[in-house]
Amino acid sequence: MIQETHPLEKFTRKGMIPHIWCAGCGDGVILSEFLRALDELKMNLDKVVVVSGIGCIGRISGYVNLDGFHTTHGRAIAFAVGLKATRPDLKVVVISGDGDLFAIGGNHFIHAARRNIDMTVICSNNFNYGMTGGQSGPTTILQDRTTTTPYGNIEHPFNLVHLAAASGAVYVARWTTMHVRRIRESIKKALTKKGFTFIEIISPCPEQYGRRNRMPGPMDQFNWLREKSVVQHFTDPLKAEVGLDKIVVGEFVDIDKPEYTDLLRRQMMSIQERLDQEGKLTNAPI
Amino acid sequence: METARKPLSPQRKLKILEVDIATIPDRCRGCELCIELCPKDVLDYDPKLNVHGVHPPHVVNEEACVGCGLCEEICPDLAIFLRRKEEDKC
Amino acid sequence: MLRRDVLGGEYFTQGDIACAEGAIAAGCRFFAGYPITPATEVAEHMARRLPEVGGVYLQMEDEIGSVAAIIGASYGGVKSMTATSGPGFSLMQENIGLAVMTEAPIVIVDVMRGGPSTGQPTKGGQQDVMQAKWGSHGDYEIVALAPSSVQETFDLTVRAFNLAERYRIPVFVMIDELIGHMRERLIIPSPNELEIVDRKKPSTPPDQYSPFQPDEDLVPPMAVFGEGFRFYATGLTHDETGHPQTDSAEEQAKLVRRLCDKIRRNKKAIIQVKRRFLDDANVCLIAYGSVARSAIAAVTRARQRGIKAGFLGLTTVWPFPEREIEAIADRVDRIVVAEMNYGQIVREVERRFDYRRITFAPKLGEDPHTPEELLTHLAREEK
Repeated sequence: MIQETHPLEKFTRKGMIPHIWCAGCGDGVILSEFLRALDELKMNLDKVVVVSGIGCIGRISGYVNLDGFHTTHGRAIAFAVGLKATRPDLKVVVISGDGDLFAIGGNHFIHAARRNIDMTVICSNNFNYGMTGGQSGPTTILQDRTTTTPYGNIEHPFNLVHLAAASGAVYVARWTTMHVRRIRESIKKALTKKGFTFIEIISPCPEQYGRRNRMPGPMDQFNWLREKSVVQHFTDPLKAEVGLDKIVVGEFVDIDKPEYTDLLRRQMMSIQERLDQEGKLTNAPI
Repeated sequence: METARKPLSPQRKLKILEVDIATIPDRCRGCELCIELCPKDVLDYDPKLNVHGVHPPHVVNEEACVGCGLCEEICPDLAIFLRRKEEDKC
Repeated sequence: MLRRDVLGGEYFTQGDIACAEGAIAAGCRFFAGYPITPATEVAEHMARRLPEVGGVYLQMEDEIGSVAAIIGASYGGVKSMTATSGPGFSLMQENIGLAVMTEAPIVIVDVMRGGPSTGQPTKGGQQDVMQAKWGSHGDYEIVALAPSSVQETFDLTVRAFNLAERYRIPVFVMIDELIGHMRERLIIPSPNELEIVDRKKPSTPPDQYSPFQPDEDLVPPMAVFGEGFRFYATGLTHDETGHPQTDSAEEQAKLVRRLCDKIRRNKKAIIQVKRRFLDDANVCLIAYGSVARSAIAAVTRARQRGIKAGFLGLTTVWPFPEREIEAIADRVDRIVVAEMNYGQIVREVERRFDYRRITFAPKLGEDPHTPEELLTHLAREEK
């Protein structure tokens, strides 16, 4: 039987595709791989919720045919934490950008990772703030030009993999949009692993970032990713650098530790058991 | 004599999947990734422009296609995909 | 039947705890907050009680995250709340706008203290009442309630949840620090004496559901995540399907009007006031929160001295009880507005009554006006 529609069509929200992203934007690749991962996992899609923040990648929650929420800038993780803590039956995925997750939203990221609350955070790292026209962000590479670093960026960027690992994430991976199948496998792994899982995806932004930094066309940036990325699994996250000459990709952390909603449920049960045993309605002083 | 492994340079053409390539030309934004990244140079620019004013891909070398799927996976616009013709014969 | 969530009985407790018990009795099962004087006791009591009733207490890293988290829980179908004071309230404003725009039922408690900025954490004030209405950017309407006693704190917190669920808005319980920390008698009713309102659920099947398609009362039924509705909510201007509509002037006008009109058209059902001796009053004293207690004492003493004073207590501060002011505007010669700030609600009264005949009695720092202080305002210029 000949298929006439794109195989991922059934996962997209009617009337929302085509998306607003530019030619060669890495967000489109992230969208496709995320949907393919969901397809392969055969999850109950009614229970998957996509939460996104502000930015180009933030539009993704509108494009996927799943329950979704588009929060204020930087607050996707905080929203997701409230949702997951009260509805542990849901699979919560936060997909957002480098500025949304690590500049304005940095505080929420490190605390959610610290709590090890079961959710997957996918960061589309394009080294700038694309939606607003290409300003610098916390991951902009040293000396790069953006609209707010017209003379060259003098701020050291975050090493997101290191930050996530240090904050307590139980699964940390970095890939580029060239590594299509690896992204998909990592997403599958992150979605099925219990705990706070993080995937950084280096994502081309030809229109804003690439154009100002020697990589005007989509292929220019993809060539950079293709030629300079090297897979080095379980390198010390501190040494997993991202630069013009080398992009270290791979899986860096894959550990297990008690997860927040599990601990919460256990504690709640023991509290209620104690009340039952003591025959009391409450132990709280009123 | 039976060999335990498959030859590195097979005499006959190996095909992974029997596929043909379908495009949705008006979705394409002209990022050129599929054309440039195809390992078998199956695609080239369609001389006809689409609604976005770019040249979407079209198949120029169908025989060379091994069905690797990179074009479908790398396309950010959901504008190109493989269609299976029949069960694979690998 | 005895229940853990509605602890019917008589207690001697403080306002903050009454607020927490009211929330739990109303069905609140999620609290996300950050400690701040004088609201910390609400958080602490919720931390103790929520696990007992199967709820979740989550101490977020800041107040901004707290509101985001309670919106998340609300979209998961759980009644949720946070509690804070002035500085935290300021942080919450952006996400209050998100709750308004995505029509998420949430309750925010502000135990007001002296401001601005860090101010006087342990002393009272009523300096946040304008902020409750205008704090976030954009045009919107909310409901703000001001209890005057520990019992009323319990009752109004229950009412806050009911109003939030009914109209899908953030509802504010503005508690004066004095009420939050004082101890008084509290009677928690038995469960069957409590009126609990839940949000409207969709009557259409998932494939026909439009998340922001309003009913006649301008309030859309609310689906929750995880039940197959596959719906999407955004803080961007959107149409009934939830899709962003960032280019259409008509959609912007339509949405903003509906978000405001759903409260403006239902004022009668929302607004509550207290009235004392207003039928033949020459001078009306208007107050709310802890000042209302002194005000009632003041007008009672005034009447004993032959002064025809009446009292209008604003149990609901927002939407502002304009009709109630208008009803007395023709009958009284003067209005005295007493509040613990330097001029907030008095401005609303000035919009409905001749400003030259309004006496403004501000009180800054620590305690509400004493009845004697208010009496001097009532007695002055008595005709």
